[in-house]
Amino acid sequence: MSSVVSRIREPLITGHKSYHDITEDLVSPTEKTPGPAWVIAFITSVSVFAFGLFCITWTIWHGIGTWNLNRTIGWGWDITNFVWWIGIGHAGTLISAILLLFRQKWRTGVNRAAEAMTIFAVLCAALFPGIHVGRAWVVFYFFPYPNTRGPLWPNFDSPLLWDLFAISTYFTVSLLFWYTGLVPDFATVRDRAKGFRKKIYNTLSFGWTGSAKHWQRFESLSLILAGIATPLVLSVHTIVSFDFATSVIPGWHTTIFPPYFVAGAIFSGFAMVLTLMIITRKVLNLQDYITIEHIESMNKVILVTGTIVGVAYLTELFIAWYSQYPYEQFAFFNRALGPYWWSYFGMMFCNVITPQFFWSKKLRRNIGLTFFLSIIINIGMWFERFVIIATTLARDYLPSSWSFYVPSWVEIGIFIGTMGMFFTMYLIFVRVAPVVAIAEVKTILKSSGDQYCGPNAIHTDHGHSHDDPIHSDDIQADHHGHAEDPVEDVPAAVTKVADSGEKAKKTKVSNTYVPSSRKEDSVKDDLKKIEGIGPKIEEVLNNSAISTFIDLVNTDVGRLKAILENAGNNFKQHDPTTWSSQAKLAAEGKWDELKKLQDELDGGKTKK
Amino acid sequence: MSYKNRSIVYGLYNDETELLSAVKEANKKHLKIMDVFTPFPIHGLDPLLGLEESRLHIGGFIFGSLGTLTAFLGMTWIFTKDWPQIYGGKPHWAVPAFIPITFELTVLFAAIGMVVTYYIINGLGPGVENPYIDPRITDDKFCLAFDIHEVNQAEAEALLNETGAAEVNAKTL
Repeated sequence: MSSVVSRIREPLITGHKSYHDITEDLVSPTEKTPGPAWVIAFITSVSVFAFGLFCITWTIWHGIGTWNLNRTIGWGWDITNFVWWIGIGHAGTLISAILLLFRQKWRTGVNRAAEAMTIFAVLCAALFPGIHVGRAWVVFYFFPYPNTRGPLWPNFDSPLLWDLFAISTYFTVSLLFWYTGLVPDFATVRDRAKGFRKKIYNTLSFGWTGSAKHWQRFESLSLILAGIATPLVLSVHTIVSFDFATSVIPGWHTTIFPPYFVAGAIFSGFAMVLTLMIITRKVLNLQDYITIEHIESMNKVILVTGTIVGVAYLTELFIAWYSQYPYEQFAFFNRALGPYWWSYFGMMFCNVITPQFFWSKKLRRNIGLTFFLSIIINIGMWFERFVIIATTLARDYLPSSWSFYVPSWVEIGIFIGTMGMFFTMYLIFVRVAPVVAIAEVKTILKSSGDQYCGPNAIHTDHGHSHDDPIHSDDIQADHHGHAEDPVEDVPAAVTKVADSGEKAKKTKVSNTYVPSSRKEDSVKDDLKKIEGIGPKIEEVLNNSAISTFIDLVNTDVGRLKAILENAGNNFKQHDPTTWSSQAKLAAEGKWDELKKLQDELDGGKTKK
Repeated sequence: MSYKNRSIVYGLYNDETELLSAVKEANKKHLKIMDVFTPFPIHGLDPLLGLEESRLHIGGFIFGSLGTLTAFLGMTWIFTKDWPQIYGGKPHWAVPAFIPITFELTVLFAAIGMVVTYYIINGLGPGVENPYIDPRITDDKFCLAFDIHEVNQAEAEALLNETGAAEVNAKTL
């Protein structure tokens, strides 16, 4: 995505990669036979997943009574896990959608894996309400469809049904977004594969060719999907929080819940992305694509969202006191000092205190600490949901029905099983698909590769965006200086000198027209003197940094046409073919010759 | 937009800036470009090729509006005509309670509609076999292709060579 990158930004791709290196590095994990580490991890995950399936079967066979839920505690580990998993999913959409809208280039390194994580996490989450309802085989009754029961419809006024819609939509949109981005990368894998693998990837890549029109639509689609996924991701956890906030349970019916849940979801999601990416980059050797810079950026998001969560916790406490409502006050007193005090302090410690380490740049860039804290945050966010759900329900309005909730082995088994499910899917994903979005990383190479920006840059003249159409010409001029540089082994300082020297030479021979009396940039010529240019067009040209005759001479026809086309339908019909030759005469002050030329022209166009 | 059975002459470039200048050169010489194939989207290419802005977003708006109407009118019909019930003392036509589902279906319809449209108009889908120009186009080569029935082949080849194409070939797709 195009945007101008500041020269002080750190590179996002290190190791002086070429386009081919990127393909090689990112596709090769899918081509190699898996190593022992992967095999061990996969067998472990599948075994854990199998145990989870066993526990689910046990639940369905014997009934929901195998869980330690009771009269007051209707929601226990099941809904805690549901909210936890859904929250984890949020980082993927945030990275792929919101950061796309904000033109954050570092998203390209992690978006693919984070989106995959979203999809797997939502699947794990959806499992819980599915089996929690008891009769899992009729769970489709939730969906409104004409049926033989009346037709009897679900209750559209209920937040639980909103949740169903939110999560199914979220899953579908994430899947479509993810797969659309994968298609060009599957094509890259296809074009390197042979035999049966080629057939598989041929099907997966949908016959992608890389045609210019397809790319244009691809970008348009990505942008709009990002635009609609942004409110979607915010709505999902908002609606999850409605499950609680619209109830009349003290400690739940809190208006702060929607923003607090969304911030918490992003917080836990980024923690999970970090946990996974730190392992993935190490195992698959992707340190050049998922750099310390990426980790630091994510740690900043963690710091912000963690602090928002902390403020929300304190606000809740304040409001409970300020409301002078004894039930609300008791709910919070009970959370902090009741029988589940350890979960409350676990939550406060893990979510509020630990992220504060990230105020320090040094600690943000410490991989070991980041990894450790990301796990702490995952635990803390699980505690948060447990605190909200179980501790509140254990002490309701009637002291006679107070109880203490401990999960049964079945509940624990299902939770562990979803971990197995999640990692099984993730491990399969890293084997079959490029973990980093290949095409997207290539688009940022010339602006964020370390040979173009940062301390090791060879191409020092390349700080600005190469993909901005308005600047494409001067970039091209710049680029001639190093189009075929073989100088990667030369120390950077030497190279810089050599390169700039060479560049100066090349600039002279390039066909840029520089008359001896070059005017200052600030001076504006009256471009209306050129036949075919009126005041409106002059304005358009000025906006594209063409304000003198010389600028006009140095701009080729293709670009002028592009500028006019971008300016709208009224400008499209104008033909700028002769403007440059007219401007050349004007710049040299040959007004008579210009007059003569213009007499021959018809409205700025060559007579036919 | 399949290029099956078309005879083309094409050049492979090593860098997108070379490709861009070649496209400009071709425009200058009024050589009709069949298409450009690249490993990633190149900005500034669309206006040079005379591609109009994609209208996919209009489709997205229409599909989204369809979702809004489906959800809102559907719930309205169900709760006021088909099976009116009182839940929690709310009126039958409880507009604020309909907003979340209306929003979700708007997004769902827009997303599915646009993605399906995108694949259909691109002629892409599972099992589609598109003609194959060069496997390196999805890696690091930038391909500029002319149809030899639309341009003079010698002229096109000369242009490709002059503008620094690393390889120039002809082939029937």
